[in-house]
Amino acid sequence: MAAISKIATGNGHGENSAYFDGWKAYEINPFHPTDRPDGVIQMGLAENQLCFDFIEKWLMEHPEASICTAEGVSKFKETALFQDYHGIPEFRQAVAKFMGKVRGDRVKFDPDRIVMSGGATGAHEMVAFCLADPGEAFLVPTPYYPGFDRDLRWRTGVELVPVVCDSANDFKITIDSLQSAYHKAQEANIKIKGLLITNPSNPLGTFMDKDTLKNIINFVNEKNIHLIGDEIYAATVFMEPEFVSISEVIEEVECNRDLIHIVYSLSKDMGFPGFRVGIVYSYNDTVTSCARKMSSFGLVSSQTQHLIATMLSNDEFIDNFVAESRERLFKRHKYFTWTLSQIGICSLKSNAGLFIWMDLRKLLKEKTFEAEMDLWRVIIDEVKLNVSPGSSFHCHEPGWFRVCFANMDNYTMEIALSRIRNFMVKNNETMVPPRNKLLRRTSLKLSLSRSLSRKMDDFIMSPSIMSPQSPLVQART
Amino acid sequence: MEFKRKNKTQLLSKIATNDRHGENSPYFDGWKAYDNNPFHPTQNPNGVIQMGLAENKLCFDLIKKWIMENPDASICTAEGVDKFKDVAIFQDYHGLKEFREAIAKFMGRVGGNKVTFDANRIVMSSGATGANETIMFCLADPGDAFLLPSPYYPGFARDLRWRTGLEIVPVDCKSSNNFRITRAAMEDAYEKAQKWNLNVKGIIIANPSNPLGTTLDIETMRSLVAFVNEKNIHLVCDEIYAATVFDSPRFVSVAEVIQDMDCCNRDLIHIVYSLSKDMGIPGFRVGIVYSFNDDVMLCARKMSSFGLVSSQTQYLLASMLSDDGFVGNFLRESSKRLAKRHYVFTKGLEQVGISCLTSNAGLFFWMDMRQLLKEQSFKGEIELWRVILNEVKLNVSPSSSFQCSEPGWFRVCFANMDDKTVEVALNRIRAFVLDRENQESNRSKRCWRKKHLRLSFSSTRLYDETIMSPCMISPHSPLVRAKT
Repeated sequence: MAAISKIATGNGHGENSAYFDGWKAYEINPFHPTDRPDGVIQMGLAENQLCFDFIEKWLMEHPEASICTAEGVSKFKETALFQDYHGIPEFRQAVAKFMGKVRGDRVKFDPDRIVMSGGATGAHEMVAFCLADPGEAFLVPTPYYPGFDRDLRWRTGVELVPVVCDSANDFKITIDSLQSAYHKAQEANIKIKGLLITNPSNPLGTFMDKDTLKNIINFVNEKNIHLIGDEIYAATVFMEPEFVSISEVIEEVECNRDLIHIVYSLSKDMGFPGFRVGIVYSYNDTVTSCARKMSSFGLVSSQTQHLIATMLSNDEFIDNFVAESRERLFKRHKYFTWTLSQIGICSLKSNAGLFIWMDLRKLLKEKTFEAEMDLWRVIIDEVKLNVSPGSSFHCHEPGWFRVCFANMDNYTMEIALSRIRNFMVKNNETMVPPRNKLLRRTSLKLSLSRSLSRKMDDFIMSPSIMSPQSPLVQART
Repeated sequence: MEFKRKNKTQLLSKIATNDRHGENSPYFDGWKAYDNNPFHPTQNPNGVIQMGLAENKLCFDLIKKWIMENPDASICTAEGVDKFKDVAIFQDYHGLKEFREAIAKFMGRVGGNKVTFDANRIVMSSGATGANETIMFCLADPGDAFLLPSPYYPGFARDLRWRTGLEIVPVDCKSSNNFRITRAAMEDAYEKAQKWNLNVKGIIIANPSNPLGTTLDIETMRSLVAFVNEKNIHLVCDEIYAATVFDSPRFVSVAEVIQDMDCCNRDLIHIVYSLSKDMGIPGFRVGIVYSFNDDVMLCARKMSSFGLVSSQTQYLLASMLSDDGFVGNFLRESSKRLAKRHYVFTKGLEQVGISCLTSNAGLFFWMDMRQLLKEQSFKGEIELWRVILNEVKLNVSPSSSFQCSEPGWFRVCFANMDDKTVEVALNRIRAFVLDRENQESNRSKRCWRKKHLRLSFSSTRLYDETIMSPCMISPHSPLVRAKT
């Protein structure tokens, strides 16, 4: 057979990672409340399914958002023909406005810098193609999204150099760790072209404070390397403090803006991964221009541009959506983490994202990644939950697991929680604390603003939040 | 802190700073002229008419009617909104099953139902642009080369080469045999590549051809398949104009040809498809990679993550293309309308002595303006082109932008305008040609003949005979009048 490319025969697609094994287990035996009640519950997919009712209501009230309705069909032809890689102007304006709103309108985005891509997946690859040559590298703090190995490296030939972060300081990025990684790369003759940060973080669910961001910006300017900020979870911040974007910080510090680039998407914030709406926003004119030309390889369908343009131009809808989404994420997150704490499972304190970073170090037979994999297989095969092991995120410490909570309905969540509880009670009874003691300790630890704190109390104590079938309710009454 | 601004370009990749994106080609200059002064029948009747964009605008009435009758095809209508959530979260790179099935069925029908396409081999990409790049990434390494018959679509220079690092080696096709792809030309290109130390990984063809508007005959197809099997290289067939065939011979997909060729190693055969031309929906970015090679198919599917079709669009098209009645009617009507439009244009040009390559497909024709060149060179061609652009106010595309080895040919798109604009465009061309020929015939006959004997291409004799022969020239042509 005629040879195919090295790219095609190598493993750069990354699908042999454990991250995907869990998905396979799920696909073979997916949970369904009635058809497959013993199936695997998908908790490895960071999807935002909490607000579709809200969106569907808006759609029914705005038929002109579709080019397939009587109200919208007059736009069908021009939309179907529109392949200009600048994108529909109203789309760019709406996305720029939305990005600003998600950042509390503390910064304005220029619609002329909005460049489309095939989801965040396409955006990352595109940025890598623009900024680095094959063999050059980006620094990436660990733990990080497994897809980066493919998106940034596979077809570009660019390398990733991890910046190790550890639990001792809640996985925060320190300047020391950045300097250390940078120098190690230099010693190995690897040319670092940039630093990629995900903020809010996947898988941690945390985001950086302003000082950390300032330090990072100083670092990249000092080294004259690029800073790529993946901000695709910006609107999933459900609790104070407010999210701080790179775009805000560069207004406050001296910075060579040619080094600053943002990757955005509507897949997480709006829950539209199928629509493939990725955005590259660069402060570097040459990169904007180059990325725009490259966007031909991954334009957003004009049908979808039209829908999104209409939706995101509607200020009232957006304000309500963002607020409602935050509220629902907050509730889900709180219930989830509180319930887990009741059975002795902690997670990294977080206030963003569609997942928690669960600490199961105490359950490991030994502090190794082999033990982590063993535990993970038990969770998949016996507890029947697809969670993602920390090693698949290149975490340097075994025992952490990412668990997604926003991609299921309340009933499924209860089932998942009860399975975890049963597993803990059966196998690790000593770890499960007495109920009352834990509740008080937990609510004292939480550092909420007053109004939210009251809400949370209501939430936790109100039996109406839990489904009547929940074993937790039964146990208490 | 002082921020040293090093040379900006050092900060970026080579890809970002070279011009292999191809936008510095004249192909795009014409677009700029149009963008600055676009024609409008009432608001700007003297503006530039866009004839450089191969768009299919002839059948939107059919599509719109279908959409109004099928509200459940949209996830934004009352009839379809219950599917909104499932569709909006669907990001599986296998694509919606119904979408793949509908596309496979459509491709089969477009090929005259002579072959069945396997829905499980349908892989998505972001338009044909994404499909062509993806297949190159799958088949070749940086520095490898693909043969490509010229003239060819200018976008190939970007799609096949820019981010992949591949090289293109043109296969020279000549007007003397209607730009057919000959075995000799392929061998020639292959040898040239060897001399340049390029590793040829395959040949990519467009069938039907852009810019020629012709379909490959079965003999040429077989010759291509034989060639790639002998050399053990890949054959990529870009069939994105398949349903624009409006006259015989009918379209024959490579999938059909290999059915009867046992000697063919199917692992070498790959098809690129899209709905941008056949259905006129370039904005929807529906590209397809269809490979007979399992490894390539799997790899392309993983790569499709970089350019999946929006699930909203997949859903709409799955519904539309599953409707057999609609598809049958659409394909028939589209062919009819393209045929009519093609006829109106080519006949209109014939009347002023402008011939076009005989064609049976595409959204354009390949116009022969060689007799209007002041000098038979690409310099002469660009000069003529600038006149057409700036004075005649038509954006047509010069052959040099298609890497054609012969100057004087122009691709003219005809399916992207309404009937009134067609008339205006034809009148402008007619007026221009007559005016130009008047200027020419004022010079002495002898000088004119002498000049053309100095032509630097091989078909001089054929050229003279073509031009001087009264039967090629319409009765109204001043050239005829001058002679009789």
